Amino acid sequence: MAEFIAYLIAGIATGAIYALAAIGFTLVWQTSQTINFAQGEFVMLPAVLILLAVKLFGLPLWAGGLIGIAVFLLLFGAGFKLVVVDPMIKHGVLPLAIATMALSIIMKEGAKDGFSAEAQSFPSLVPTEMVNLLGAAISLQHVAIIVVAFAAIGLLQWFVGGTKLGRQMQATAQNPTVARILGIPVERMVLLTFLLNAALAVVASLLISPIYLAKFSNGETIGLFAFIAAIVGGFNQIRGALVGGLLIGVADSLAAAYVSTQYRMAVPLILLVAIILIKPEGLMGRKEERRV
Amino acid sequence: MSAPALESPSTAPRRRAHLIDSALITLLIGAAILWFAPVGMGRYGTYVLSLWLVMSIGVMGLNLTLGYAGQTSLAQAGFMGLGAYTTAILTTKWGVSWYAAFGISGLFTFCVGILLGFPALRVRTHYLAFVTLAFSTLIWLLLRNEQWLTGGTFGISNIDRPQFFGIKLFGALEFHRFVVAITLILSLVLWWLVRSPWGRAFTALRENPVRAASLGIDTRAYTLLAFAIGSAYGGFAGSLFAPLVEFIDPSPFTLSQSLFLLLMVVAGGSGYFFGPFIGALLGVVLPEWLRFAGSLYLIIFATIVLALLIICPQGVSGLIERLWAALSRRKAGGTP
Repeated sequence: MAEFIAYLIAGIATGAIYALAAIGFTLVWQTSQTINFAQGEFVMLPAVLILLAVKLFGLPLWAGGLIGIAVFLLLFGAGFKLVVVDPMIKHGVLPLAIATMALSIIMKEGAKDGFSAEAQSFPSLVPTEMVNLLGAAISLQHVAIIVVAFAAIGLLQWFVGGTKLGRQMQATAQNPTVARILGIPVERMVLLTFLLNAALAVVASLLISPIYLAKFSNGETIGLFAFIAAIVGGFNQIRGALVGGLLIGVADSLAAAYVSTQYRMAVPLILLVAIILIKPEGLMGRKEERRV
Repeated sequence: MSAPALESPSTAPRRRAHLIDSALITLLIGAAILWFAPVGMGRYGTYVLSLWLVMSIGVMGLNLTLGYAGQTSLAQAGFMGLGAYTTAILTTKWGVSWYAAFGISGLFTFCVGILLGFPALRVRTHYLAFVTLAFSTLIWLLLRNEQWLTGGTFGISNIDRPQFFGIKLFGALEFHRFVVAITLILSLVLWWLVRSPWGRAFTALRENPVRAASLGIDTRAYTLLAFAIGSAYGGFAGSLFAPLVEFIDPSPFTLSQSLFLLLMVVAGGSGYFFGPFIGALLGVVLPEWLRFAGSLYLIIFATIVLALLIICPQGVSGLIERLWAALSRRKAGGTP
């Protein structure tokens, strides 16, 4: 039982990371029909940029952190939208999705060649101790991840549902034409969504990198699982992405413990296929209609 | 996701229709040139040329899925892996002849394609991308973990090259010519397929699936068929890949390799008959020539594809077409 709780907590912690990435994924999908295959690399890169800033300029960690985060938000929040998405969106969903695949290769190989091919340790903001909970040894880092991630998601929910700006963003996502008629600055709202996506990636990166270390290839698994989480949850909702993320994280953690370490990755994949077959609109999703 | 996925210029199908005979001629001349090309190129140069053709077959299959039927498959490298391992296991462990193994590899990947595509396309077309995404990772896990069958990370070595009526094709040049012949046959089949009524139905699907359905095309059956044939081409490519490199392990068949193959389709020009050859040239041969660029080449390639997608989503083939149109307009004396 104690063992089970430990695995459960670890699963919820990684699941919260997947949820952060999956939420950003769905936000970007909603407002601009961008299937971002580079989402995993978005989570990998901020930690690498921070370490790079510290190494290159010999800065203290907090200053390097600020520079790394600012550069990332500029390049992969605003820059991603202006340089990649805006010119491509008129060509349709598929070319844009393929463009993000190209982007993911550039980010991954860029991190490998420009930073390091080896995993680098990333400082943790909380002590790396274990605490005892109901007889189970729980890592404080996992607890911190869960607390911070849920706080971020709660904040986001409040922003989208409870503030005027957030409601404008929501309106833009649901119907840009009507939003424009109502006088909402649609372009600015879309940009805001991309910045939010980048910010969520930064949070996820800061949380996960102390455990997984900063490495160029980290994005592969995170991206794949965030992608699965978004589809399992319902592809177009924050709630869905949260549920999907947690489900995938817990399934992965329990599979590693009780099924097989070699095939742990297979469990979320099979979950994905099962959802597509049984409930293709996702656990929390609505059916979409097809039009000519 | 209701709009047709891939927007293409309205002039492309018409232009393609009158290019058809020149496509056949180009194919035959190209095969003749490639038959003699490696003379004096040395073992390595010949190997790179053969590798280019083998990858072109895989990219051709993906082009059928993506460029003609408008579906995204993220598992083409996985299908190549299935084909390569099927051939390797059959020929090394059970002594099956390469020709039989080649046929079985194609048939096997075709059937897997049907099994994967059938449930995925039942739901909504974009879900094929998601299902193949899961599939390619599962295949990779199987190849790596089932040591008793696949040799795990150690792979399978000593894969023999086939014989041709008693002539051993073990040398680089002989095997290259064999690859040229197989590539030509597979290209001819695809050339025939694309201009048959079947192929036109594929194109109708890509342009507007809902309208194609209203015209009485069984969209699901055609999409499924395009995907399955495309997957079988992946299997054929893998089946040639195994004897070409003579040693296989799971690393060339990962998800990122599948994405890379997809980028080759787009770079060459998706929906263009010769696009895959250009795409594979950019993705496979160029990095061998530009060895000084090293691992940077992947970044360069991805950047080229990204720039192409932004400037000209029809890829290099589209660029050539535009250039050609501009030149012929100037030659005709008209103002550009």
